[in-house]
Amino acid sequence: MYKTTYHRASSVDEAISLFGKSSEAKFLAGGQTLLPVMKQRLASPSDVIDLGKIKELQGVELSGDVLTIKAATTYYDIMTNADVKKVIPAIAHLTSVLGDPAVRYRGTIGGSIANNDPAADFPAALVALAATVKTNKRSISADDFFKGLFTTALEDGEIITAVSFPIPAKAGYEKMRHPASRFALTGVFVAQAKSGEVRVAATGASQSGVMRVGAIEAALKANWSPSAIDGVSISANGLLADIHGTAEYRANLVKVMAQRAVAAAG
Amino acid sequence: MGVEGIGARVVRKEDKRFITGKGRYVDDIKLVGMTHAHFVRSPHAHAKVKKIDSSAALDMPGVVAVLTGQQLVDDKVGNLICGWAITSKDGSPMKMGAWPAMAPETVRFVGQAVAVVIADSKNLARDAAEAVVVDYEELPAVADVHAAIKSGAPQLHPEAPGNQVYDWVIGDEGATDAAFAKAANVVKLDVTNNRLAPNAMEPRAAIADYDAAEEHFTLYTTSQNPHVARLVLSAFYNIAPEHKLRVIAPDVGGGFGSKIFIYPEEMVALWASKKVGRPVKWTGDRTEAFLTDAHGRDHVTHAEMAFDANNKITGLKVKTYANFGAYMSLFSSSVPTYLYATLLSGQYNIPAIHAEVVGVYTNTTPVDAYRGAGRPEASYLIERLMETAARQLKVDPAQLRRTNFITQFPHQTPVIMAYDTGDFNASLDAAMKAIDYAGFPARKAQAKAQGKLRGLGVSCYIEACGIAPSKAVGSLGAGVGLWESAEVRVNPVGTIEILTGSHSHGQGHETTFCQLVADRLGIPISQVSIVHGDTDKVQFGMGTYGSRSAAVGLTAILKAMEKMEAKAKKIAAHALEASEADIVIENGEFKVTGTDKAIALPMVALAAYTAHNLPEGMEPGLKESAFYDPTNFTFPAGAYICELEVDPGTGKTSFVNFVAADDFGRLINPMIVEGQVHGGLVQGIGQALLEHAIYDANGQPVTASFMDYAMPRAEDVPSFNLSHTTTLCPGNPLGIKGCGEAGAIGASAAVINAITDAIGKNNLEMPATPDRVWRTIHAA
Repeated sequence: MYKTTYHRASSVDEAISLFGKSSEAKFLAGGQTLLPVMKQRLASPSDVIDLGKIKELQGVELSGDVLTIKAATTYYDIMTNADVKKVIPAIAHLTSVLGDPAVRYRGTIGGSIANNDPAADFPAALVALAATVKTNKRSISADDFFKGLFTTALEDGEIITAVSFPIPAKAGYEKMRHPASRFALTGVFVAQAKSGEVRVAATGASQSGVMRVGAIEAALKANWSPSAIDGVSISANGLLADIHGTAEYRANLVKVMAQRAVAAAG
Repeated sequence: MGVEGIGARVVRKEDKRFITGKGRYVDDIKLVGMTHAHFVRSPHAHAKVKKIDSSAALDMPGVVAVLTGQQLVDDKVGNLICGWAITSKDGSPMKMGAWPAMAPETVRFVGQAVAVVIADSKNLARDAAEAVVVDYEELPAVADVHAAIKSGAPQLHPEAPGNQVYDWVIGDEGATDAAFAKAANVVKLDVTNNRLAPNAMEPRAAIADYDAAEEHFTLYTTSQNPHVARLVLSAFYNIAPEHKLRVIAPDVGGGFGSKIFIYPEEMVALWASKKVGRPVKWTGDRTEAFLTDAHGRDHVTHAEMAFDANNKITGLKVKTYANFGAYMSLFSSSVPTYLYATLLSGQYNIPAIHAEVVGVYTNTTPVDAYRGAGRPEASYLIERLMETAARQLKVDPAQLRRTNFITQFPHQTPVIMAYDTGDFNASLDAAMKAIDYAGFPARKAQAKAQGKLRGLGVSCYIEACGIAPSKAVGSLGAGVGLWESAEVRVNPVGTIEILTGSHSHGQGHETTFCQLVADRLGIPISQVSIVHGDTDKVQFGMGTYGSRSAAVGLTAILKAMEKMEAKAKKIAAHALEASEADIVIENGEFKVTGTDKAIALPMVALAAYTAHNLPEGMEPGLKESAFYDPTNFTFPAGAYICELEVDPGTGKTSFVNFVAADDFGRLINPMIVEGQVHGGLVQGIGQALLEHAIYDANGQPVTASFMDYAMPRAEDVPSFNLSHTTTLCPGNPLGIKGCGEAGAIGASAAVINAITDAIGKNNLEMPATPDRVWRTIHAA
């Protein structure tokens, strides 16, 4: 790791103020991506501003038909939260299969979506549930937030404060773990909104990051059941390929994981 | 046996310090004035080193020195050696290119060191290493073994035309051809044995300390064999004469073979400590481990097996290409030859075998022994062949094995090895019973109804361990003898120190070796200490690898114990005024048999050291040593059966059951043996399902971190069902065969045989990743 200056912010305002005073600052949430990258000397921020201890960024709130998870809430706290388990159990399940116990105790929802790793789990949940990303400046729909690999709509110095999820009628998430990293080799989140709208999002599959799967959405809209997807064909074009999964294999996984997610959603 | 004697499940003495974080590893050691080394490594798989500009680095804070490969040459530090000479079929010696510890002219794999920065801290050294400017001229590279032997391929070493190190043969080609000419059936198979990165939990590390006044070096290093390290560093690398070099291998966090070898980093640390006049520490990181720890396996093989009309094997032909990487590591040459082809008879009566092994250079990390070393490759090949044959001949795979088992011992195979004892039917019986072999078809049908493909795979392995009779290995080209030494020191108050040339880096010697002493003397193991891993304390030793520490190392301790006991009995007889022949040792006492006269061990020891009243002419003291050279290899063998399910939608494999019935001869501590089997099985399963060190066509490593290289985790493996059948090894007095490598040798074939059974297609390479299995299921 190169030399850096660590700051622990006690409020979002202080974090933004610290960011403005630094030449090349980075916000630190759970540190599950930034710290390994810094240890490998692939990132060398002048300042690291820790958001993890900011009280206003912690916790889960249930209000009417909306579940709000504050940005610095850890996966473990999400996984074990009674409201999450009650109203969107698919999110509790997603966090329970995310990384390993050490990652779940430190990693946060805000850190995950701000990084927008193409194989991260949470982007699929946000897109399928039509969530809204709240920042210190504005609200951004999930569809507008994710902009391809490791890229988001966030502006320099903008901080995610929370994610709001409309409570769905049904939702499910299944993933095939990458054999080495245990990220999603491919994961699919399926959701049927209370309005009846069906949204399906896949992570780990596309070269452009999280993607909606229109063909499966249409099939499920007509018939919400795993067998409705039997006849759907997913193209391998534009899908990721590496030593652990060809594009054809990932295309297959999009379909198979979607079927299993529907089965899990009930 | 007593509660802590041979056969007792004694809790490991060493675990208290390991579990509480009190282990003392090389990186825990800090010396006054210590500097830190960071290596400048090649990013290219093949390149000329045109110029190294250290000027900017030397100006950086805390930098003590920047040293290059040319300075090593100037100081006449020797090149790395390969300690086993192999002769090609045309009679020529193997063709080796020079391997300098840092490359002065040419780099031949990504990660090869060209320079080292010595600085006041690890981070300062790393900072400055980034400022060393190396001007490379890139050369074409080759990573694949078949590409490397094609004409026109990039050439690595002028000494080895065509990148060929040797073309070696074993067995009787004429007899084998004759068997194939008469065969009723021939079974053919092509297999790749995937390259693995060892990944011991503790990365390699070294601290070198030069004492200018005494002209003496001390090296703390992560070694499985510190005495061999000293021998090689002295005799071949011109570091220092043996009496001026002390090598200490303290607690070492796993080796699996990768810490047998003497690597460039230790050599450079020693040389640099003298140059800078301060201790030099180097601790590798995980990336360096992936790039520079010797890899394992990496064979490409075509094999054919001939059968008569009664399904008896009549002949075996094997041709293997072994990828050695860019340089010949210390014991690399022996792995695909004498540790591989000599086991090609497996557990079977095969009248004629012929094998040819071509050793090949490529622009990849050097390959050497890794848990099992040659024997996993042999076992995998034979057991895949047997399963393939059973499918082709339409006979039950267990029955085909039984038809061909060796049942008479000793048995001379056509490939050097003479098996001393075994009962292969007994192991297979035990494994089949444990897994309910007969009930499998019903379980398979039941799984099918639930949409799962269930398979069962058998693997009957044999290995040659207890490495090794010195004269025999010498005749085959080994540069060292493979005996072991021991010393028993009984202190004046009766506590005992056992000095051993074996080295424990996870095996539990501090417990098992004490159990032998406890067994013989009837004293608690708390009164016994094991001393190892320091060339100043232990006279000499050959270290730990090849499942040799119990069969060879413990036998050496037994021999020293026998000498000590004989002298102690004389002292006791003298004190008790009895005949020496009437003295027996029980519960820590020397007793006159049939009487109540006795003298306790501490009193015998005290008598030996006070020397006030010893038998006439006896020397004082109670300390004996022994060297033990085995008369043969030992032959652990067993049967593994794996039952699993494949998910046809994802290609993912899930274990249902895994049974292992091993014959290791006598067990000293069954709990520790089980731990060894568990670890070995996980490594075998890792090879079968997950692990693969991959290079692209230009020699760039694709899997140099745990993000890409898949290590097995607890969730990937089943809870194992272990059992033992026992035939005592006749070659050593304790009847021990060894257990350290068996799991890694036998497991991978069982897994692949089971998956191919499940999916109904025989051709499937390791690792059987979900992607690969899914594609195989759905291939036309």
